[in-house]
Amino acid sequence: MFAYFIRRLLATIPVMGVVALFVFSLLYISPGDPAAVIAGDIATAEDIARIRAKLGLDEPYLVRFGTWLWALAHGDLGVSIFTGLPVSRLIGQRIEPTLALTLCTLIITVAVAVPVGVVAAWKAGTWIDRSVMGFSVLGFSIPVFVIAYLLIMLFSMQLGWLPVQGYRSINEGWWPFTSHMILPSVALGTVYMALIARITRATMLEVLAQDYVRTAQAKGLSSSQVLIGHALKNASVPIVTVIGIGIALLISGVVVTETVFAIPGIGRLTVDAILRRDYPIIQAVTLLFSGVYVLINLAVDMSYTFLDPRIRY
Amino acid sequence: MSAVSTEIAAPRSVSPTWRGFRDAFRRHPTAILGGVLLLVMVAMAMLAPWLWTVDPQALSPVRRLKPPSGEYWFGTDMLGRDVYSRVVYGARVSLTIGIAVAILSTVLGLALGMLTGFVRWIDAILMRVMDGLMSIPAVLLAISLMALTQASLENVIFAITLSEVPRVVRLVRSLVLSLREQPFVEAATAAGTGILRTLVRHILPNTIAPLLVQGTYIFASAMITEAILSFIGAGTPPNIPSWGNVMAEARSLFQIAGYLILFPGLFLSLTVLAVNLLGDGMRDALDPRLARRM
Repeated sequence: MFAYFIRRLLATIPVMGVVALFVFSLLYISPGDPAAVIAGDIATAEDIARIRAKLGLDEPYLVRFGTWLWALAHGDLGVSIFTGLPVSRLIGQRIEPTLALTLCTLIITVAVAVPVGVVAAWKAGTWIDRSVMGFSVLGFSIPVFVIAYLLIMLFSMQLGWLPVQGYRSINEGWWPFTSHMILPSVALGTVYMALIARITRATMLEVLAQDYVRTAQAKGLSSSQVLIGHALKNASVPIVTVIGIGIALLISGVVVTETVFAIPGIGRLTVDAILRRDYPIIQAVTLLFSGVYVLINLAVDMSYTFLDPRIRY
Repeated sequence: MSAVSTEIAAPRSVSPTWRGFRDAFRRHPTAILGGVLLLVMVAMAMLAPWLWTVDPQALSPVRRLKPPSGEYWFGTDMLGRDVYSRVVYGARVSLTIGIAVAILSTVLGLALGMLTGFVRWIDAILMRVMDGLMSIPAVLLAISLMALTQASLENVIFAITLSEVPRVVRLVRSLVLSLREQPFVEAATAAGTGILRTLVRHILPNTIAPLLVQGTYIFASAMITEAILSFIGAGTPPNIPSWGNVMAEARSLFQIAGYLILFPGLFLSLTVLAVNLLGDGMRDALDPRLARRM
């Protein structure tokens, strides 16, 4: 098990290497002159030259990649073109709201989607099942920011129950924090919920058809005991796998959700960086999120042994 | 038991018949609904100039931010442009990007996937590259690219395609790897058929059906990605009235002019829904075993 863990950890190195190589090489392979694009339409030749120097575009590719990677290994994510501040500090300042939003979303999503998927499979073919599947298709089809605006218009503007926008740290009290988190988490979680409810239902349907489920029912266990103790336990591996893969949806959605709800997190930082063409920030955020994604999926792989003792490495 | 049933089901899942399609559509009215809805959207996009629209870019400061009325069906935006016309013309942009990305990434993914499935040393390298690309969340990958290039329709298509290709390569590769072991391919090889001919005559036809389904889902997700990119200012240039752009311009106005979000949002969601329903129907038709599950 430990040896397997180490092997898998080492296997993430080439993957992250490709990610690093890609975001770095974009500066060189993207059509046109990136320095001119970053400098904008009204830039002078000196501006462009200055940005070229800042990005290190004048140095040879391999030398530049070496220095960049070396700095990266030491936690140096580069310097923002617009503010001149270290990117690692800018990200550090913004990490709390993003972490709060993604954790809230993850909790709400799993707490809603898994039971809903279980019930849909249990009541397969009934109107409950059909409406769950209907909502799931809808969840896949409505973009996250449209859901966000619909929620704001209904719950904040019409009913006045929740604040329209903004973020409160948990230090400012439990309710201010929660009330600002509900709508963004639900909006961000919708597509993720659709995905998890679907896979939970599909896996549960398969497990419920197994002989041991019939045995459990025959020996007089209650429905909930059979569903949770026998079926869900055996369906957990594919569900957890999709929860891990779905993190990518969450990360993509964070950028948009933070924009709609004016949450000062990493997503907002990214959108501001797009407007200012501040590539070092975008580069760092892409690396960071991809790294998180790879590590989460590594953790998911590791969790298989706990979820299903039959799996041994 | 399970091993036997997958062996029997596998060839069936990759060999569609048109009759299979027709029967499944009869059994899946939602797929028909999706198809009809998509046709309506396509017709709207093509007939845009004749649908009582005005120039979607025509400015008119005197009539800005008018709410929906008999004269301006979907209202006007902050520059006085007619939102109805912008939404109708917007269908062209979304559909074009969706179809272009779907075709490009399936064709590219098919070529790369067949290559990796048959040439071992390319497989080792290319799949590592694909693993890396796949671990970058799609929107971030597109943002990185868009931040460095001039905003244009072509660049948006290219950026979204790049994030979709790895998944297609994976799919095709796994299909090729399992098809390679099938008796009919072995028979072809034994009969002296060359690799290229085997690929084209025996492998390729069996990848078409799953790819068609995958392509449909890519079509849907590409339209959503384009809207997200345009919404945060990393998508199609502002002078193109895409649904994402119309909504992006309403970002600061949604509290006073919610209709600027509602109408384009509704059309976008309906179109994506139509394509998703169509995709679900096709998947059901092509893989009855999977259909009962999902």
